[in-house]
Amino acid sequence: MIRLFANANYDFIKWRRWAYGLTAAIIIPGFALFLVRGLNYSIEFTGGTLIQVQTAEPVGTERIRSALDAANIRDAEIQQFGAANEYVIRARIGRADQVVEGSTEMTAAAVDSALARTLGPAPEHYKILRTEAVGPKVGRELQGKAFAAILLSFLVTLVYLAFRFEWRFGLAAVLATFHDILTTIAFIRYLDLEVSLVVVGAVLTMVGYSLNDTIIIFDRVRENLHKFRRQNLYEILNLSINETLPRSVLTHGTTMATTVALVLLAGEVLRPFALVMTFAIFTGTFSSIYIAAPVLMYIEKRWPGEDARGARALRPPGSVPLNPPPAAPGGGSAVRSKAAV
Amino acid sequence: MRTIRSRLIAVGILLAIAVWQLIPTNVTQRVRDATTGRMKDTTIRRVPINLGLDLQGGIHLALEVDQSKGPVPDCATAIQLAEKVVRTRIDEFGTTEPVVQIQGRCRLIVELAGEKDPARAKSIIQRTAFLEFRITDMKNLFRDALPEIDKALQRAGVRASGQGAAAASVTQLFGTDTAKAKGKARKGKAAAKDTTDLNAPGPLSSLLFQGQLPGEYLVPEEQVPVAESLLARPDVQRLIPRGVELRWGTEVLSRAGRSYRTLYAGEDRPIITGEYLQDAKATRDPLTNQSVVTFTLSRAGGRIFERETGRHVNDYMAIILDGRVQGQPPIIKSQIGQRGQIELGAKPLQDAQDLALVLKAGALPAPLTIIEERTIGPSLGQDSIRDGIRAGIVGVALVVLIMVVYYRVSGLLAVAALVLYVVFTLGGLAGFGFTLTLPGLAGLVLSVGIAVDANVLIFERIREELQHGKLVRTAVDEGFKHAMSAIIDSNVSTLLTAFILWLVGTGPVQGFAITLIIGILASFITAVFVVRTFYMIWLDRRPDMATLSV
Repeated sequence: MIRLFANANYDFIKWRRWAYGLTAAIIIPGFALFLVRGLNYSIEFTGGTLIQVQTAEPVGTERIRSALDAANIRDAEIQQFGAANEYVIRARIGRADQVVEGSTEMTAAAVDSALARTLGPAPEHYKILRTEAVGPKVGRELQGKAFAAILLSFLVTLVYLAFRFEWRFGLAAVLATFHDILTTIAFIRYLDLEVSLVVVGAVLTMVGYSLNDTIIIFDRVRENLHKFRRQNLYEILNLSINETLPRSVLTHGTTMATTVALVLLAGEVLRPFALVMTFAIFTGTFSSIYIAAPVLMYIEKRWPGEDARGARALRPPGSVPLNPPPAAPGGGSAVRSKAAV
Repeated sequence: MRTIRSRLIAVGILLAIAVWQLIPTNVTQRVRDATTGRMKDTTIRRVPINLGLDLQGGIHLALEVDQSKGPVPDCATAIQLAEKVVRTRIDEFGTTEPVVQIQGRCRLIVELAGEKDPARAKSIIQRTAFLEFRITDMKNLFRDALPEIDKALQRAGVRASGQGAAAASVTQLFGTDTAKAKGKARKGKAAAKDTTDLNAPGPLSSLLFQGQLPGEYLVPEEQVPVAESLLARPDVQRLIPRGVELRWGTEVLSRAGRSYRTLYAGEDRPIITGEYLQDAKATRDPLTNQSVVTFTLSRAGGRIFERETGRHVNDYMAIILDGRVQGQPPIIKSQIGQRGQIELGAKPLQDAQDLALVLKAGALPAPLTIIEERTIGPSLGQDSIRDGIRAGIVGVALVVLIMVVYYRVSGLLAVAALVLYVVFTLGGLAGFGFTLTLPGLAGLVLSVGIAVDANVLIFERIREELQHGKLVRTAVDEGFKHAMSAIIDSNVSTLLTAFILWLVGTGPVQGFAITLIIGILASFITAVFVVRTFYMIWLDRRPDMATLSV
């Protein structure tokens, strides 16, 4: 029988400061970049025109650029999309200028005729695979919808947590979820992924998924708090994370197997969605262990609860660990031995 | 044993329902005939899962009333008119299940699956409505011309066909046949062949049944494509009497269990067009309890109408919107001026309202602007399906591998349950008539990964219980019991987000949310109930089992 991490006894919480550093190193530059350059919103949100073309042979983005320039279509982004002979042309609506409804449509038609002039007539020399023309009004509405979805899911999550846990656990879970959103935004920014409504959907699904991971660890924490009356919270948290570790590895392994398959095989349209999901599973696991648990410890220390041994949350000085962590520098402080495993 | 049996029966019933939903059924599809360019019905057999536009290709349009040339005060009415008009024109598209629906108050959504020519579709939809009144063929000129037309068709080798076979192929088939026959009958017997054929009912007249009014004909629904292609032939067009034009009606009548489409022969010149119409209202006469549509014409229109109706008292007047006769033509009882009314008798008020909308559509040409367009080529849709299925197979294979290698026999049970899970999910999609979109496909694959989570939770718990020295049977019981709260938690939190996405999302995102919701529900049934049943059977057969393969 294969057993991964059976009876694991890693001192996860000890490494929390390294984890904070790592996550800050991801979030802060990513967020700075986000504040400076914003996100690459899909034309669903900005309004504009997207055309996906397949040419008979690879012509290069330059050739398409010159075709559009000749037709006086400026400010269009041209990007190779998946195969060598497929391109996506995006023309977003500028934010400042007043745009008439229906103009995005005309852009689509203008691009078509510009391509026909440069590349040759339609079905033989190029094929338009996909056209999206979104007017400013629909774009604004979709922004509102995405915003409503995010807000509503936060609200429901909060209500659910309030119903499920006492507020200390709930707050820790919310902060972990918030962390996940920040890292995911940073991730999207680093890879410059296109943010469409489907990607927003992926982020929200991930919020549910990561929350669920935190809940499973917290459930175990609650159970262990009742079971081992003598342990302090630090040990209980480590014990609970270690006990749920096989489950975390297995579940994330299977889910990640499907999302990685989607990233690699499901085609260009789904790729941003699948990439966000894959990263989200990763960050969700990380935050359940390294954000939710230490934050809970901190909260219990600051505002001790009746049951949780908040006052003893941090390791007592002079205690001896059962298994000294291998890479512990100095080795001065340690964990008190576990009464039961 | 009894509980095992009842559990197996429950699983069996669920499986039977899911499989029943997935049995391929015959679906009628309207496709464009390659040779004649006209629409015809074909039947294909397919699994009844609706595919979204992003998977089968097609056009999605959102339209609003054009307000750029001055505001339109009542956009809700204007969009109702537009809906009526677009519905009338929908036959021009090659679409199986066209979607025309009003979204919110003032927006029209049109979805045409499989339509390949967006420019043509848009021009048809955006064209302003054209309304005209024409007098029907009171002198039965068309009926009198029918024998001539039949004869011409027979000369061309078209025989009356009782079967509703596709017109073009019938024509061609018999065309070559008669060519051969002529070759044989060249020895001076061509005339004899003509006389024998005259006794048989004509190719065209056998398709037409006289309606209640002069100039009204009924064509059996399944013969409509045949009649259409016969009438489109140039030799038939030449023989249609001068001053007569044929127009199909929108109504489908059913008589004695068969449905018929109406075909009207009318004058080729309208007595008045919609530009003179100012208003139309549907009311119910309180005295007679009849549905009535009253309409008002402009002054100039009133003068024309007065003159024309004066000449056509007791004639029937077809109301034609975009070339299609709307409803049954009313009779002109007396001369009508600027104001008139159309009595619909005992028909429901809804019919009167529809007719009023038709009249207004001609009166109020509301130009539509396209505020959103998504066109997906059919090849891209096919690529998406292929890639999605490929990714799904690889992803699921990896999940199966992980489960079987890690949990061995118990993993096999979970995989067996996973097969049921896939069948349940697809059955649910088909049964509730939800649409599978590209993100939905991703949701389906993803939910397989999430689905095994419940089993992982249970198996890990069983392992822990076994480690604590519990007996196999107790360990299994305890494992299921203790894992339950975590399973419910994880399912509820994902369900909640999926439900919100479904509430606020648009088409593709809703597709994702729906597959996720159905997937989670199905996984709950399979991972908990089905796997538990498998365990029960397993433990029942090997009651003395000391170690569990988990």
